[in-house]
Amino acid sequence: MELTNFRWDVDADGIATIAWDSPGRSMNVLTTSTIADLGTVGERLATDSALKGLVITSAKTNAFCAGAALDEMASGGRSLSPEEAAAARFHGVMRFHAALRKLESCGKPVAAAINGLALGGGFEVTLACHHRVVADVPKLQLGLPEAKVGVLPGGGGTQRLPRLIGAMQALQLMLKGETVDPPKALALGMIHAIAPADEVVARAKEWIKSVKDPKQPWDKTDFHIPGGGPYSKTGSQVFMMGNAMLRKESYGNYPAQRYIMACVYEGLLLPIEAACRVEARYFVKLLGEPESRAMIRSLFLSMQELGKGARRPADEAKTDVKRLGVLGAGVMGAGIAYVAALAGIHVVLIDTSAEKAEAGRATVAGILDRQIARGRSTEQKKADVLARIQPAVDFAALASADLVIEAVFEDRAVKAEATRNAEAAMTALAIFGSNTSTLPITGLAEASSRPDGFIGVHFFSPVDRMGLVEIILGKRTSRRALATAIDFVAKIRKTPIVVNDSRGFYTSRCFGTYTREGMAMLAEGIHPAMIENVGRMAGMPMGPLEVMDSVGVDTALRITRQTRKELGRNAIDASEALMEWLVENNGRPGRKIGKGFYDYDAKGKRQRLWPDLVSSRRDWRTDAHVDEMKSRFLSIQALEAARCFEEGVITDPRDADVGAILGWGFAPFTGGPVSYIDTLGAAQFVSRCETLARLYGDRFLPNQLLREMAGGGETFYARFAPVRQAA
Amino acid sequence: MTDCYIYDAVRTPRGRGKVDGALHEVSTLELATQALRAVRERNALDTTRVDDVVLGCVDPVCEAGADIARIAVLNADYADSVSGVQINRFCASGLEAVNMAAAQIMAGQSDMTIGGGVESMSRVGMGASGGAWPVDPQIAFKSYFTPQGVSADLIATLDGFSRDDVDAYAVESQRRAANAWDQGWFRNSVVPVKDLLGQTLLARDEHMRPDASMQSLGALNPSFAQMGEFAGFDAVAIQRYPQVEKINHVHHAGNSSGIVDGAAAVLLATKEAGDAANLRPRARVKAFASIGSEPAIMLTGPGLVADKVLKRAGMKSSDIDLYELNEAFASVVLRFMQVLDIAHDRINVNGGAIAMGHPLGATGAMLVGTLLDEMERRDVETGMVLLCVGAGMGTATILERV
Repeated sequence: MELTNFRWDVDADGIATIAWDSPGRSMNVLTTSTIADLGTVGERLATDSALKGLVITSAKTNAFCAGAALDEMASGGRSLSPEEAAAARFHGVMRFHAALRKLESCGKPVAAAINGLALGGGFEVTLACHHRVVADVPKLQLGLPEAKVGVLPGGGGTQRLPRLIGAMQALQLMLKGETVDPPKALALGMIHAIAPADEVVARAKEWIKSVKDPKQPWDKTDFHIPGGGPYSKTGSQVFMMGNAMLRKESYGNYPAQRYIMACVYEGLLLPIEAACRVEARYFVKLLGEPESRAMIRSLFLSMQELGKGARRPADEAKTDVKRLGVLGAGVMGAGIAYVAALAGIHVVLIDTSAEKAEAGRATVAGILDRQIARGRSTEQKKADVLARIQPAVDFAALASADLVIEAVFEDRAVKAEATRNAEAAMTALAIFGSNTSTLPITGLAEASSRPDGFIGVHFFSPVDRMGLVEIILGKRTSRRALATAIDFVAKIRKTPIVVNDSRGFYTSRCFGTYTREGMAMLAEGIHPAMIENVGRMAGMPMGPLEVMDSVGVDTALRITRQTRKELGRNAIDASEALMEWLVENNGRPGRKIGKGFYDYDAKGKRQRLWPDLVSSRRDWRTDAHVDEMKSRFLSIQALEAARCFEEGVITDPRDADVGAILGWGFAPFTGGPVSYIDTLGAAQFVSRCETLARLYGDRFLPNQLLREMAGGGETFYARFAPVRQAA
Repeated sequence: MTDCYIYDAVRTPRGRGKVDGALHEVSTLELATQALRAVRERNALDTTRVDDVVLGCVDPVCEAGADIARIAVLNADYADSVSGVQINRFCASGLEAVNMAAAQIMAGQSDMTIGGGVESMSRVGMGASGGAWPVDPQIAFKSYFTPQGVSADLIATLDGFSRDDVDAYAVESQRRAANAWDQGWFRNSVVPVKDLLGQTLLARDEHMRPDASMQSLGALNPSFAQMGEFAGFDAVAIQRYPQVEKINHVHHAGNSSGIVDGAAAVLLATKEAGDAANLRPRARVKAFASIGSEPAIMLTGPGLVADKVLKRAGMKSSDIDLYELNEAFASVVLRFMQVLDIAHDRINVNGGAIAMGHPLGATGAMLVGTLLDEMERRDVETGMVLLCVGAGMGTATILERV
């Protein structure tokens, strides 16, 4: 039989096998053409009396199926009206449901022989099989991670998974987009058996031969939903608490999670086919939500492109950092050493004394111990990683390094000396990277004897958990240095963005506007609890005052004073006065001593707002408009991103969006600050900024670029269209 | 518009709403039956004169399901011609039943009706009828569903009522209820519940703790902290009221309404129908209203509905001599007193549900009798009954003596 995406084979027992083999792709993905194939197969299985059953497996060695083709999903239907596009999508999804339903209800046994990872739509295909045998491969992951990129499982996943393992377990997995390994899947009841990889097909066939009346559990007359339906005693608790916990964690900002809850709730009250129709409607509605489109673009497509080196000069030869030098064995230096060693790179970790260098290595050991405690690493792995880190004092140890990154004290003189010492030992071709968060690279490169090989490589803290590296080009940084930095970041499995030199670069500069806005609100007399809550409700990971405490209110005060002096202003504003009051009159510089805007416990855990701050005035405003506050928080950051485009600090919308989400946690549901403006429309954004400027000050005045874009109805993604290169 | 008069009001004593409560062995049907029977017997009523019986019931399922009002009418041996309807406005159901029964008369479409309610919380159980609000993600999300106890704690947090404030209110409720019972002020309305053999099962409210003190209440743990903090509902409430840093959980079993069993019925008629039945009118239903309020905080309806009904009646809050506001939670009453500037000596003067319990569907009708008895005892002219209502509502009725 002719299929586009599967190899068809029938054995002597009359058992057909389809081996998934997406043409022209390294990984199997679910496409409209796959769905058509599955429909054809189901029809043949139902009607061909010579066929006794069906095995679905993969012809690719790396995976069963990674899920639906998100690029196909994100595009398409542009020429149609929204109603037509929705109808077309709905019918497309219903074809998938029909194909899967045909397979599970045709009366013949269908088994999935899962020989590699099966995620999203791929896993949903296997859920429509009567039996799932999974290869005994520890790295193999199974599940429905759609929610992570703002989508919902649209191939019956929200219906079949809860009917298999109960609403509570299914919701926990689907809402977080959590995937599981084969033993966990077996324990949860998601799969039926685990077998050696080369035996999964044989085991699937054995099962097919053993079964008489193949039916899905939900097609049997005595079926009960595990844990009960939504109005059973336990089931109603699951949904009641689930709704509350979801709002607590998502602030209602993520339609994907909300719709998943709704699909499971509504679907479990219905027979499977009607339930899938309900799911299909939510799925299509979700794809029309701006959050979903923005999240697919930023968190999946752009992140993947950047990770694959989209911003790498294509004509530069591939580089491979095998040996890395790290200067400064503090928290950042140790973190960089850790992520590099984890990726198999040999690291020389240099500090001014053997004790300090050794302490850096001990910091790495501590990170690994925590990983082991959580079951995410092993003693063997720890030994391997530590063996690749060589503490040193003598710069001569850098002689064989391909790349050296300094993470020394944020001071020009200190950094200059480190640069000179390192370069004296480094080979002529080795690249020097500076992990500065604010100091302009061009200036730092003045200490370098070869500024073309000098580049900014800005890591975020904690390095082991933050996925972003901001690469900064100095005036004279070469394309080879850029290629080396990007290849290195890819090797340590982080996402690089590329920005041009300026004070604060891109991330620190934009992020600073958030805390300043929070301080301005405090100065306006808005209740601090309200500022913090609304900051989080806007989608930010922390309230602005808590951020101030983390950064250090004293540090913020110092920077504010410095900036004011540089601008030649004498009058201090209300925010600065507040910081002075907190730091200088009350000795509360922030979390580091357990006292700032908040009180902290001995472990640094936030306890409560400082009671004296709350009681410092009786007339706190609690009538501020929540939506306007949210808009202030997000708009001021987006506006700064727009200024960075105008000044050429940032040039690619993907860098701006992905960098904001990964770097400082900018509200992920927006897709990033630039997507935020594009979604709203430049004209609308400009008019909103003008209103805010009238009410709250000139910092909200839109720049020339935005006004131009508003006039021409332009978007950032069109005006600064990323150059797509073959990866 | 036809005037509607109240001729009689009866209630059962309230039994502790647990398996060891005195009324646990009495079915919902029997509770409602005894209330209806009492109305007939006390007034020597020819029940063919009654057009309709409206009964409130909040969890109308199982034995309380399928129109308990009509079934109780039949069981109480009323004439077959008397229709019955069960209604649900959550905690105000009993008052709403009286209002709807009165409305039929005021609209000229009935001559004599009964409004009342019944709830056997020990037998059917609070929440037994399910409901979409907390469970269906669409509405739970949209309306920031918060359980009532957390909402009551939110009111206390926003209005600054401390644990001492709410406990002091509860202690006073217990003191007033005990005193009223001792003085015999409830005697006129309360009809003992009897068993098959005619023996009295319960003659006095069973839930009361007259010895409650600041010290004994102080020992109780907050009831809604667990649900608020660990199940995420505090966070939900705070997202709706972001000026709150942390919910102050002050309510517990001792300063919230008690879970009890009970029934009540109020006899209403036109002047003409009352005269024809040889009955003496006690009060006129002057005005009534219900209102919706913000659902997450849920329990702020009383202040709003008081404004609304006063406006309809062309009155001011100072025109009302006595108030009966259901003591769902202490903070609800404290807030109401603050909002309308009402001194404690004009409201819930004989205690309330904190002491005596809140049989959900019946309480509103019980409060009508309690208020009426006290208006007569004090010889004052006007009174208002109010209740806060689930999902953010309030219901109120103004009575005027004749």
